Amino acid sequence: MRSIILQTATRYLLPILLLFSFFLLLRGHYYPGGGFVGGLVASIAFVLHSFANGTEATMKILKRKPLSLIPVGLGISAVSVVLPTFFGLPPMTGLWWEEKVPVIGMIGSALFFDLGVYLVVIGVVLTILFTISLTKD
Amino acid sequence: MELLLVLVLGLLYAAGVYLILRRSMVKLLLGIMLLGNGTNILIFLLGSITKGKPPVIDSNHNVFQDIYADPIPQALILTAIVISFALTAFAIVLLKRVYALVDSDDLDDLNTPEEEDI
Amino acid sequence: MLFTILLGLISSILLIPFGKRFKSSWSILLPFVPTVLFIYYLGYIPKVASGLTYFQEINWVPSLGVNFNLKLDGLSLLFCLLITGIGTGIFFYARTYLKGHPYFDRFFGYLYLFMSAMLGLVLSDNILLLFIFWELTSISSFFLIGFNNDQEASRKSAMTALTITGMGGFFLLAGLILIGNVAGTFKISELIEYRDVILNHPQYPLILGLIFLGAFTKSAQFPFHFWLPGAMKAPTPVSAYLHSATMVKAGIYLLARFFPVLSGTDLWTYTLMGIGGFTMLYSAIHSLFRIDLKSILAFTTISALGMLVFLLGIGTKQAVIAASVFILVHALYKATLFLVTGIVDHETGTRDITRLSGLKKVLGPVALAAGLAALSSAGLPSTFGFIGKDLIYEATLHVESHWILILTVIAVATNICLVAAGFMAGFKPFIGSLPQEFEKLHLPYKSMWIPPLILGGLGLIFGLFPGFIGNYLSYQTANSIYAGDTEMHLAIWHGFNTVLILSLVTLAAGTFLYFINKPSAEKVGFIEKFEKISPQQIFTGYANDIVKFSERFTNFFHNGYLRSYHMKIILFAEGLLIYKLWQSGPIKIVFDNLTPLTIYEVAVVIILLGALLIVVSTPSRLTSVVAMSVIGYCICLMYVFYSAPDLAMTQFTIDTLSTVLFVLVLYKLPSFLNLASARERYRDSIVALGFGAILSIIALKVLYEPIKTETSDFYGENAYILAKGKNVVNLILADFRGIDTMFETVVLGIAALGVYSLLKLRLKSSEKE
Repeated sequence: MRSIILQTATRYLLPILLLFSFFLLLRGHYYPGGGFVGGLVASIAFVLHSFANGTEATMKILKRKPLSLIPVGLGISAVSVVLPTFFGLPPMTGLWWEEKVPVIGMIGSALFFDLGVYLVVIGVVLTILFTISLTKD
Repeated sequence: MELLLVLVLGLLYAAGVYLILRRSMVKLLLGIMLLGNGTNILIFLLGSITKGKPPVIDSNHNVFQDIYADPIPQALILTAIVISFALTAFAIVLLKRVYALVDSDDLDDLNTPEEEDI
Repeated sequence: MLFTILLGLISSILLIPFGKRFKSSWSILLPFVPTVLFIYYLGYIPKVASGLTYFQEINWVPSLGVNFNLKLDGLSLLFCLLITGIGTGIFFYARTYLKGHPYFDRFFGYLYLFMSAMLGLVLSDNILLLFIFWELTSISSFFLIGFNNDQEASRKSAMTALTITGMGGFFLLAGLILIGNVAGTFKISELIEYRDVILNHPQYPLILGLIFLGAFTKSAQFPFHFWLPGAMKAPTPVSAYLHSATMVKAGIYLLARFFPVLSGTDLWTYTLMGIGGFTMLYSAIHSLFRIDLKSILAFTTISALGMLVFLLGIGTKQAVIAASVFILVHALYKATLFLVTGIVDHETGTRDITRLSGLKKVLGPVALAAGLAALSSAGLPSTFGFIGKDLIYEATLHVESHWILILTVIAVATNICLVAAGFMAGFKPFIGSLPQEFEKLHLPYKSMWIPPLILGGLGLIFGLFPGFIGNYLSYQTANSIYAGDTEMHLAIWHGFNTVLILSLVTLAAGTFLYFINKPSAEKVGFIEKFEKISPQQIFTGYANDIVKFSERFTNFFHNGYLRSYHMKIILFAEGLLIYKLWQSGPIKIVFDNLTPLTIYEVAVVIILLGALLIVVSTPSRLTSVVAMSVIGYCICLMYVFYSAPDLAMTQFTIDTLSTVLFVLVLYKLPSFLNLASARERYRDSIVALGFGAILSIIALKVLYEPIKTETSDFYGENAYILAKGKNVVNLILADFRGIDTMFETVVLGIAALGVYSLLKLRLKSSEKE
């Protein structure tokens, strides 16, 4: 299944797709997109890479087991849920920066929440697919 | 036209039910996925359906100016799609394990070894 | 009073961790608790005799009307004394009887539990509390009957007893709740104020019927009597304690307790007189044909219980007096006879009266106790039994005119049989010549023969000084049953009257019957034939039918084939849905309201249907997976058409990943086998298409339901104001309903962990076939 064309293509596709997925995540608040879709697109990028170069090669790029992304993502989401309580607000209240950031729009705790979802989705999908493809029987 | 969606959902359900009545485990799984898709469309139909008006507020305004598609069913379905992926993944792996153990895709073969053990 | 109940419960619980010690060195402490309680209740006698009633109330579940209301009056005191007094004897006795038994500690645990439950039952002044203790006695009785749980007969008897008394308990609960609702109070002492309300309420017959069922099952009245002879599988101390002296009298207690509230109607009188009268005569005759000592005693017990029900049914002042005395009379002599039987069984290894004779030479004091009890049961003048019998005849002779003859004849006939049966159990094993095999017997340890001797002796003492026991105990007992002054005066000599003649006739005829009736195994066989048509057979028949039915039912619904479960569930759902759709009327389609049809949609739908057909019919796995992904993309396009870009994107990516997943796992597997016949496939496709059609119709109906848009509008209007975003779907997920999403991601994580561990977990070589 290794083809030179695909290998070469994924070398460029991986960063582009990852950028795109991050873009989807950031603009999710204003346009179609968001944490789920972003995470799925990012996973597809890695899966594509693993198809071209083998799962071991992809794992090298990731450096860590994708399973570890799940607690990180959940942690970020949880922090963004709890954070408002430190300001005396009920949990999940949106906190926002006053200034608008170009391209992204406004940055707030909801974005961090979505970031957590994004990471969890990547972790889940890659854990499932990579464990399956790495298990030989 | 909504009637097409109604037709599609009926047939998705029919195919799903037909497949879960089969003996093969893979067919069972495919059937469950089809039922899930059918249910998604059913939920989709529960809201007001419009064409070409996604529930996204126009960038120049802060509230909707026009009628828009119902966002609630969409949020529900989005969740359902992602969860059903997790379910499918788990079921596939389970199936793989069962296949490695019993060496058969036939659900009826799952009954027999257990009875022999007793 | 509460502590008396708790003491037993705590002892029962303490026996679990410390039971081992009690088996050997500490076992002398076991009878300590009932002794203390007995002395405690003895102390109440003078106070209660002067007409006082004690109350105690502890809040428990006030909102449900269940409080720990306790009440001690004459009736309760009599039962408390029986429970603790006879209990003391039984505890001493059982300690020796069961010495060295592997479950010695367990036995006393159950016995303590029972004692507490029984005390609670007779002390409770709240009908729900009463019910709880009522059930506890059934449960502890179940454990005690099935104590020899290695014997099948024992387990079976325990089950029968629990089934019958448990069933009665349900009826009783229903009756008690009804009575509580009608009267508006759950306190027994307050119920009497609502007597008129209850008696005139349209539900009165129902209440009475339910309470009767509870009492009859517990007190082994016909047709529920058969569990009691079966319960004799229990160790003898249990038979003596539970199944003659105390627990079976709980039904009598219940009737006596509710006597002031419910009695006085024809329904009460004739039901109790009929059932009680029949039971007492029926089982008195039965007892004559038995050769097993315990069996004789069991049937005479049923007969005595029938007598008590009968007396409460008559319901006159004399009858109430007779009942309140007879409870005590019977408890004393019957417990004695049971304990004696236990000794005989323990020493000789048999309870067959055709084999036992002349035992008085080796078991002197035991024979004395048995003789005293038999005489009391026969009603010889100067025994307590004589007084009891007198009062019974007194009661039957003082009813309304045309019943006198029938009731008296029944009572006399029953008593004649009981006299003979009492002699059979109390005299026969001890007189005559001693067989050789029993010559080496010696008297058991004194803790076994002293309790029956005391109980038997009390029958004589009370008989000689009836005024003493009458004034101090029975008078107040009768008063609390009758809820008024019964003007009772017990005396040995009432003068030469009809009652005395009847008593003497009974005694003479009974003695005569004893001499002419020679029980034998053939007679047992003969009388057993009647049991074939008896209620027991009907009950066991029903029980077996229920078991068979549930077996078939389970085998039909739970046959181990997943597709058959699916089939049944789907058919059931179809049936329900068709019914509801049928009810809701026709469908209407308004084409004007629909969105316009485009060529793209039609094309997508055609592709989708084609792919669907392939999925259903293809024999190749890969083809079906590819077709599945086509279906997914088509649905994705539908979302695009109907303005759901987020859905479309998600569906697209998920579909891609699912396909990858399927291919990764499934491409190694062989193609589908065709496992179903053409006929099955046709049947399934009809069911499936039917289900699809039903859901389509539901969807069509939904399409024309007015849609409530308040929630959607809220999100739409507040999207920017509250959440500073513009993509409402994403705002719902990431902000408005963020917690839901949070937990959804947790679920995803769990699925991933599941997959991970499922695959990383290596198969053991033994698991691989």
